[in-house]
Amino acid sequence: MSETAIRRDYSLVGPDGDRARKTGLAGAEWYACAVPRKALKELMQRKDGPAIRDTLLWIGLLGLSGTLGCLTWGTWLAVPCFLCYGVLYGSASDSRWHECGHGTAFKTRWMNEAIYQLACFMILREPTVWRWSHARHHTDTLIVGRDPEINAQRPPSVAKLLVNFFALKSGAETIGKLFIHSTGRLTAEEVTFIPETEHWKIAVVARVYLGIFAGVLALCFWMESILPMMLVGLPTFYGAFLAVFFSLTQHAGLAEDVLDHRLNSRTVYMNSVFRFLYWNMNYHVEHHMFPLVPYHALPRLHEAIKADCPRPYGSCLEAYREVIPALARQIRDPRHFVSRELPPDQSREASAES
Amino acid sequence: MTDTWIAVCPVDDVEPEDVRRFDHGGRTFAIYRTAAGEVFATDGLCTHEHAHLAEGLVMGDIIECPKHNGRFDFRSGKAQGAPACIDLRTYPTKIENGQILVLSGRVSI
Repeated sequence: MSETAIRRDYSLVGPDGDRARKTGLAGAEWYACAVPRKALKELMQRKDGPAIRDTLLWIGLLGLSGTLGCLTWGTWLAVPCFLCYGVLYGSASDSRWHECGHGTAFKTRWMNEAIYQLACFMILREPTVWRWSHARHHTDTLIVGRDPEINAQRPPSVAKLLVNFFALKSGAETIGKLFIHSTGRLTAEEVTFIPETEHWKIAVVARVYLGIFAGVLALCFWMESILPMMLVGLPTFYGAFLAVFFSLTQHAGLAEDVLDHRLNSRTVYMNSVFRFLYWNMNYHVEHHMFPLVPYHALPRLHEAIKADCPRPYGSCLEAYREVIPALARQIRDPRHFVSRELPPDQSREASAES
Repeated sequence: MTDTWIAVCPVDDVEPEDVRRFDHGGRTFAIYRTAAGEVFATDGLCTHEHAHLAEGLVMGDIIECPKHNGRFDFRSGKAQGAPACIDLRTYPTKIENGQILVLSGRVSI
């Protein structure tokens, strides 16, 4: 088979999207592990406490590392300070954006919305666009032509993946879109998943973002220093690497066009620092299967369903031992994917025995 | 014309502050019971995308869709914000002899 024949079209307005709709892959029913309603209800309960604690710690560490970075500016000591600040700003904001976008981080709605807006700005994701984009990602996870958030497309582009460790591709695309959106226009792909009633919000936010960036840039010229941009704007780029490192473990190299999150998502055990920064999104199979379960309950959900899931990865290292060779092979053979081994169907086995 | 009340289930089959799915005549409903014991009914599928609300979370008078966290006030059916933008249809309910009944429509006799 020629490469052209097997090359997929990841655009949301191309033939693969049409094919997904025709074959019933779009908006389909997905496999869900059996969890008793009472237990699931308990797992879904919202709390403010864990997210308030984690947010105070996050904002406190941002303030501390940013202040130390300013005080040591011009010396080598500023490097580790801004490294910490950048990770907290450009990487930890990814999981805050994600959880608050789902509305599950806090029980109190305005808290979710406030942190969502803040995190969106930090990670340079327009709040309305990404709210709808992420809804589609959950409807059609890794369905080619439908999911706008497939970050390791086949065949993968190593250059694009590497430059995105510093948000150079995603950031540049977003800045370009801010100019488009500020005029009230949307791209053809965005129109496919954002209802018209939401379009005005996108224009307003794009203008606000551009206004803030213009203000920070003006301050840099006035101070004759890039320090203001080191605090606002640039950390989205120089601090993005850890978010990309985490997010590549979620789906990269796994099966496309399947209706079972156990086959297209990974659960990876991580240390407590990573889990604080990533807000437990390492339990990614669990999150996709039951998106109403808040981040702080994901470890308990994992325990509840792990017998019906493929073996979790013991560490990021173990996950990357699979991801890197899979992506390398997909460059030569875009049909390749990692096939996850599912546990035996316990209900079927039980009925066979009886 | 006469009202068509359909028996759903014993009231105790729906826990307080919870929701239950009820399928009837090719349609699906979501039946809610509040913490105070009041009973409400809406269409069973989220107006955003095809997801059964009975698998979602009840918080006070709000049902949150299990798929994309769209929220509705199940008393009025009012959508509470993106991605839920279209209101849910609601149906009158009553409790008789410990049974929940839902008024799904009117038929000619």
